Amino acid sequence: MFTQLLAEPFVHTALWAGAAVAVVAGAIGVFVVARGMSFAVHAISELGFTGATGALVIGIDPVVGIFGGSLLVGLVLGLLSLRGRERDSAIGAVLAFGLGLGYLFFSLYQGYATEALNLLFGNILGVSGTQLRNLVIVGAVVLLGLALLYRPLFFSSVDPELAAARGVPLRALSVAIFLLLALTTAEAIQVVGVLLVLTLVITPAAAAQRLTGRPTLALLLSVAIALVSTEGGILLSLAKPWPTSFFITTISFAFYVAARFYDWSRGRQSRSTSSPPRRIFAVR
Amino acid sequence: MSVVAVDDLALRFGDRTLFEGLGFELERGELLAVLGPNGTGKTSLLRILLGLLQPSAGSVVVEGCPPQERCHRIGYVPQQRVFDRDVVLRGRDLVRLGLDGHRWGFGRFGANDRARVDASLAEVGATAYADAPVGRLSGGEQQRLRVAQALVADPVLILADEPLLSLDLAHQRGVVDLLDARRRSAGTPVVFVTHDVNPVLHTVDRVLYLAPAHWAIGTPDEVLTSGTLSRLYGTDVDVLNVRGRVVVVGTPDDQHVHHVENGH
Repeated sequence: MFTQLLAEPFVHTALWAGAAVAVVAGAIGVFVVARGMSFAVHAISELGFTGATGALVIGIDPVVGIFGGSLLVGLVLGLLSLRGRERDSAIGAVLAFGLGLGYLFFSLYQGYATEALNLLFGNILGVSGTQLRNLVIVGAVVLLGLALLYRPLFFSSVDPELAAARGVPLRALSVAIFLLLALTTAEAIQVVGVLLVLTLVITPAAAAQRLTGRPTLALLLSVAIALVSTEGGILLSLAKPWPTSFFITTISFAFYVAARFYDWSRGRQSRSTSSPPRRIFAVR
Repeated sequence: MSVVAVDDLALRFGDRTLFEGLGFELERGELLAVLGPNGTGKTSLLRILLGLLQPSAGSVVVEGCPPQERCHRIGYVPQQRVFDRDVVLRGRDLVRLGLDGHRWGFGRFGANDRARVDASLAEVGATAYADAPVGRLSGGEQQRLRVAQALVADPVLILADEPLLSLDLAHQRGVVDLLDARRRSAGTPVVFVTHDVNPVLHTVDRVLYLAPAHWAIGTPDEVLTSGTLSRLYGTDVDVLNVRGRVVVVGTPDDQHVHHVENGH
């Protein structure tokens, strides 16, 4: 049964689509985590749901609606460049309204409830060939954007004050990262669904930052964890007919827990074996 | 030829004037301490020198070029702000950002750049913890790395904004010595904003005192006197020398007697 399924074209499409999304989500995740944008990811993806249901109501491809909704809220959040609590509360307000609107659209749409479920929880085994092509193109755009912006984006994420002093355009970068995030989110929705986007955009990066202090290694680990979670989840759902998204979230969460445990045990070790705190330089 | 020329500079926010008619020049290797109570524009002056803030009037030129055009590297040591514990950044990454963090792309990090980062780390004595995540280092260690970051690109000018805040005496001394050594060896002038002149008093060439309505510039002996400060504040202010430390008493905002509060 499992090997039979492995030969099916729709499974190959799903595996490729999962890989495309996982690489992009894992890569942008390290910036999202460094900038404390986890909540924004959630808001962007819920507005993707609003866009998708809106598209269903007016009878166009929901994927178009996903991109429209995500990009709109990403642009607004990027332009506002809010920080800290103000950003949290603004996002909360937008998110709740967007989801309410999405529910209205959905009740207006006289379709099947499975379409809503697929939007909310993902349906990677239903990805079409055209959809896969679009996922790869959009993913390439995001990766290219991240590569071009890598150093100033990293600088402004870890040390905004210094970056500004060196002439790094903080606001333009904020808009750019939010737009790239919106594209990534719109991609991830098609794999794991609106409610579970965080499992690919946040969890792998959050795990990676517990495993290493090296920025490039963290980026690679984050991509690797996202890839293993997605592909592993797809394969497991062939063997056992439970939802693919469940397996993906479970694997990525297992990585996260293991990374935290690793970090914790390493901290304990260095505390118990190291000598008293070293003096960095003598008091003169 | 002076490195920095500030001419007839004014800064106003609405109808509030922070300073006006401010003018001074900085020579190679000079260390200028900027003193004064909160809200008189000390940090704003640095932001103007960095090209981040447009003055209301007047001009600033750094090596013949307005700072906002960024013709020259300006080293900047900001107020001590502790890094998030989980930030994925090692000491050497932080220093490297000072070299090429503003450039586009991934960038190639050649042997030459690596050597410069290593030299900077060694200069501030941070080699031992260069590969540790910065979020797990002490405030003093982080501040040394920030000094290395400011120095790594061989700046024409170094600006430091309260770099000693919340550091213990030994680390305060360390940071001052590092900046002092660089200006002596490379001739890089340093502008040092501080509320407490005492940690830098032994090495400072001139003092710019920004009071709420007036300012004065000169050697510490000229500016830090009862006469000058009384004139600046328009009220009787006493400058005392207590065991080699300068203590100012009687400024209108006396809570913030800027020299005794560090508790040493």
